[in-house]
Amino acid sequence: MAATFFGEVVVKAPCRAGTEEEEEEEEAGRRETPEDREVRRQLARKREVRLLRRQTKTSLEVSLLEKYPCSKFIIAIGNNAVAFLSSFVMNSGVWEEVGCAKLWNEWCRTVDTTHLSPSESFCVFYHLKSNPLVFGSCPRRNMQVTILTCRHVTDYKTSESTGSLPSPFLKALKTQNFKDTACCSLLEQPNIIHDLPAAVLSYCQVWKIPAILYLCYTEVMTLDLITVEAFKPILSSRSLKGLAKNIPQGTEILKKLMTTNEIQSNIYT
Amino acid sequence: MSFFQPAVSVGNVGQLAIDLIISTLNMRKIGYFYTDCLVPIVGNNPYATEEDNSTELSTNAEVYSLPSKKLVALQLRSIFIKYKSKSFCEKLLSWVQSSGCAKVIVLSSTHSYQRNDLQLRSTPFRYLLTPSVQKNVQSKIQSLNWQEMEKSPCIPQMDDSEFCVRVPGGGITKTLYDESCSKEIQMVVLLKFVSEGDNIPDALGLVEYLNEWLQIIKPCSVNPATSALPWKIPSSWRLLFGSGLPPALF
Repeated sequence: MAATFFGEVVVKAPCRAGTEEEEEEEEAGRRETPEDREVRRQLARKREVRLLRRQTKTSLEVSLLEKYPCSKFIIAIGNNAVAFLSSFVMNSGVWEEVGCAKLWNEWCRTVDTTHLSPSESFCVFYHLKSNPLVFGSCPRRNMQVTILTCRHVTDYKTSESTGSLPSPFLKALKTQNFKDTACCSLLEQPNIIHDLPAAVLSYCQVWKIPAILYLCYTEVMTLDLITVEAFKPILSSRSLKGLAKNIPQGTEILKKLMTTNEIQSNIYT
Repeated sequence: MSFFQPAVSVGNVGQLAIDLIISTLNMRKIGYFYTDCLVPIVGNNPYATEEDNSTELSTNAEVYSLPSKKLVALQLRSIFIKYKSKSFCEKLLSWVQSSGCAKVIVLSSTHSYQRNDLQLRSTPFRYLLTPSVQKNVQSKIQSLNWQEMEKSPCIPQMDDSEFCVRVPGGGITKTLYDESCSKEIQMVVLLKFVSEGDNIPDALGLVEYLNEWLQIIKPCSVNPATSALPWKIPSSWRLLFGSGLPPALF
């Protein structure tokens, strides 16, 4: 039980600073047997992220960027960002699958990895065969990273009410070494990002790699045409320049993707 | 050189206090702790004062310094990943030892609802010193008439339990303290009994408590009656309780 500042007494309220678990961990640590430690080690091994060749499922013997050094590394996280990249960027040129990341944790729901829609969670790496700029043979220090993802508009902190914001809208965060201008305004304090996009940006900031995150705040977190189209201003940025050649075709591909997804999500089938 | 750091603890009071110190003293960022022990977060400069300095990216663990006062501060901005807090403490303390810091000052907090009757009637501030802390620091602290953190039953449910130092809700405070005792690191822990809520006054209280000892900032007013110290609230403390409300609500 805990008493809070505002006078209420609550049972089992999680501490904002996340400290309850640490006390349990300490106690558990004292009671831990060698068998417990072994179970924990096996669980940690099961949760490791592994990079594989997609078709053969064998491990990549060197890191992906060593095998395919590139100057532009583009990451889309989430169904809308992935749909944008698939429809507008990967519709031109020949993109070859070079690997995938396999991971498991207690929250994974993906089982079948051969027939994926953008709404299922998985990770596949592609490289552009025809263009040496993307996954080409440039040394890593000239590499630029672009990350695309979405967040719900209620995550955005502003002095107005979030209901009055014209969503979806784009915001950007860039590392110190990213010298180009973003094609939208930067994310203002006190807003922050966490999880995978934050992990990638942190890595790039610390190791001085130019990187930019384009974040779309939207009301719809499922696959949505308007949300995906909100990423369009990025097509004219230096990050994606020359990669998106056929925008009308991209719109068609996107519409087909929407229809396929709608059929899959019909609760009556 | 003195090394300040927060414990991620109840009400995030230690972290808020470190924010106040970095912001008020205008400390400069000198590096990062790049670690997989904390949840990744990024955002723009939390201490921005104008357009020019508002677009520097900040991560979850950064180090700031003020060479003129020989101060170095680590700020932690997110929570620990399960089972990784001990490993973080070990790596941190081994870095502290190798970098030659004279003493480590940990700012922390502990659950106020776990106070006993005596604690309820006394000041909410407490301190802890590791045995290696220099005699002059010990006597200075004793001269301030501060209250040392009392020992409590190690296993509260047992009547005949042994007594030990416990910091419920203090996150890594106890681990840091125990490790520093065994590694003979000079560590001073300053903490306050708090409940979660609006913890800005608690953070201000904690930095004032620290300032009684270290005098890191001096009062700016000539009149001793208005003794408020000029702590600078960081720009990132806006909207702590969420966005604005829709007018239609009313």
